[in-house]
Amino acid sequence: MKPVFMTYTKKDLINLAVCMVLSVLIIPTFITTEYWYTSILIPWLCLALATIGQQVVMGYTGQLALGAAGFMAAGAFAMFNLILRVPDLGFVGSLIVSGLIAAAFGILFGLPSLKVRGIYLMVATLASQFFIIWMIDKFGWFKNYDSSGIITAQDIVILGKPLTTPLAMYFVCLAVTTVLTLLAMNMARGSTGRNWMAVRDMDIAAESMGVSLLRTKVQAFAISAFYCGVAGALFAFCYLKSLEPVAFDIKLSFKILFMCILGGLGTINGAFIGAAFILLFPVLLNSVGNNVFHGAIDATIISSIEQVIFGLLMIIFMIYEPLGMAKLWENLKQSIRLKLFSSGTKSVKSSAQKSE
Amino acid sequence: MEYERKFKIGKPILEVNNISLSFGGVKAITDTSFNVLEHEVRAIIGPNGAGKSSMLNCINGIYKPQQGTVSFKGKQIPDITPNIMAQMGLSRTFQNLALFKRMSVLDNILVGRKLHTKTNFLEVALQLPKVKKEEKLNRDRSEEIISFLEIEDIKDTPVGKLPYGLQKKVELGRALATDSSIILLDEPMAGMNVEEKRDMCRFILKVNDELGTTMVLIEHDMGVVMDISDRVVVLDYGKVIGDGTPDEIMANQKVIDAYLGVAH
Repeated sequence: MKPVFMTYTKKDLINLAVCMVLSVLIIPTFITTEYWYTSILIPWLCLALATIGQQVVMGYTGQLALGAAGFMAAGAFAMFNLILRVPDLGFVGSLIVSGLIAAAFGILFGLPSLKVRGIYLMVATLASQFFIIWMIDKFGWFKNYDSSGIITAQDIVILGKPLTTPLAMYFVCLAVTTVLTLLAMNMARGSTGRNWMAVRDMDIAAESMGVSLLRTKVQAFAISAFYCGVAGALFAFCYLKSLEPVAFDIKLSFKILFMCILGGLGTINGAFIGAAFILLFPVLLNSVGNNVFHGAIDATIISSIEQVIFGLLMIIFMIYEPLGMAKLWENLKQSIRLKLFSSGTKSVKSSAQKSE
Repeated sequence: MEYERKFKIGKPILEVNNISLSFGGVKAITDTSFNVLEHEVRAIIGPNGAGKSSMLNCINGIYKPQQGTVSFKGKQIPDITPNIMAQMGLSRTFQNLALFKRMSVLDNILVGRKLHTKTNFLEVALQLPKVKKEEKLNRDRSEEIISFLEIEDIKDTPVGKLPYGLQKKVELGRALATDSSIILLDEPMAGMNVEEKRDMCRFILKVNDELGTTMVLIEHDMGVVMDISDRVVVLDYGKVIGDGTPDEIMANQKVIDAYLGVAH
């Protein structure tokens, strides 16, 4: 398919338009309960953004990294300190600088990828997770010497107006996520993404083609950490409305890893699908527990069942569909398209079958 | 049948001087020297385990020889890495295929255009006009190569799904996309049938003829080697046992002994 606008094909533009109409017009008109914004849509956008970060380093560049939540914490606390200490930066400015600070950590913790790979790299990148959280806990300055352990996040002020309603927060997250998703897609489809994938698929050949392993890997780690940092800042300021290092523990890193794998490694839309699934599935299980079994099943058992099912799904996807839910979605669309538009050819097919 | 070459064989472009390479106690290459002249088709032959692929890996910087030097374009390269060699205009293919399996044929070939891509990731993210211009140039060149190799119909297929012979073609395409002055081909025709081999020979000669690209190839099919190469170097047990035109090599007693065995 020929690109009609930049690197986008007609199909991409239609998809983008559909997503925009859905998220800007339809969702705000029809969803009025606060619960949906504060507990589903806002965390979904934030975590999808972090998952894109994970995709860049893991799905595209093939570097097994586990420490997304650490970079998110770096972004969140950077944001807190920037708003506190450099108020002139403004919300968008602080958000960008928080991302850059997280990216600096990304570069630092991405350096082991030059020497170790696979599961060993995963262990090495865990350092980011523990180091960043430790650093924030250890030095009171990062928390502005707050002794309570949980700091309330400042209000988001854009153009002099504080944004407090869930709908406004949703739009802030939506705007940031949309812009960064488009940028990520541009990179993934352009020469940058090709370098990442070349390193992922066959690093020695990539090097022989002039792709610098050092530069490509460090770049991927930096971009990944930038996305995680921005996502972390949004996560803290729009969703949690508070800052505590515990919120960015290793469980969150694993969650993002699952979102990445279930969504489909090396896909951008998979980040959104994976994040939606991991967020909504517990909600679904809970409502099944409440409405079908009327609370007969203990809540702790339900959350254990959730873990079991996630684990099983991971294994099933790894074996049968490594490209994840994004690929399933693609297949589904394909089969619907075939059903809708092949009614003319069906008769030919059936007559062909008869002649056999 | 003599024909007029557009690119006359010139001075040495690549010189390998006294290379020795060993892995632990195993000597892969011992004190080996030979050169490659500009615009020629140079074959490296030898029995299995003679050190041919190791030789290419030394030239390309994947292996670091314990002794000896490699000079390329008149300059001795002190610290060879695949990246430096690529930047100087040396490209290669691999014996066991080293394609980017999950990427399409076109994308694989586009990676070969890496050194002709100057824009950075930020410019790519923002899709600045110069990125689009550069991308178009690279795509046009890649499409040219794809139609030259007659693989238009598979250009959007992930290479991992292609049969072996086609993958070899794609790998040649990727090497061609770099517009390098010299291409090392590690067994470009291994595992191919007669027709595929004939096609491959045609491509190699055509590239050499039309673009003047110097070709260094490792090959086992003697018919092919004697047919297409200008000069042949024969390795056996990591040493050069013959170096010259195909006719000289065929008459060389040491080479005959190495291939047919000697009665003791």
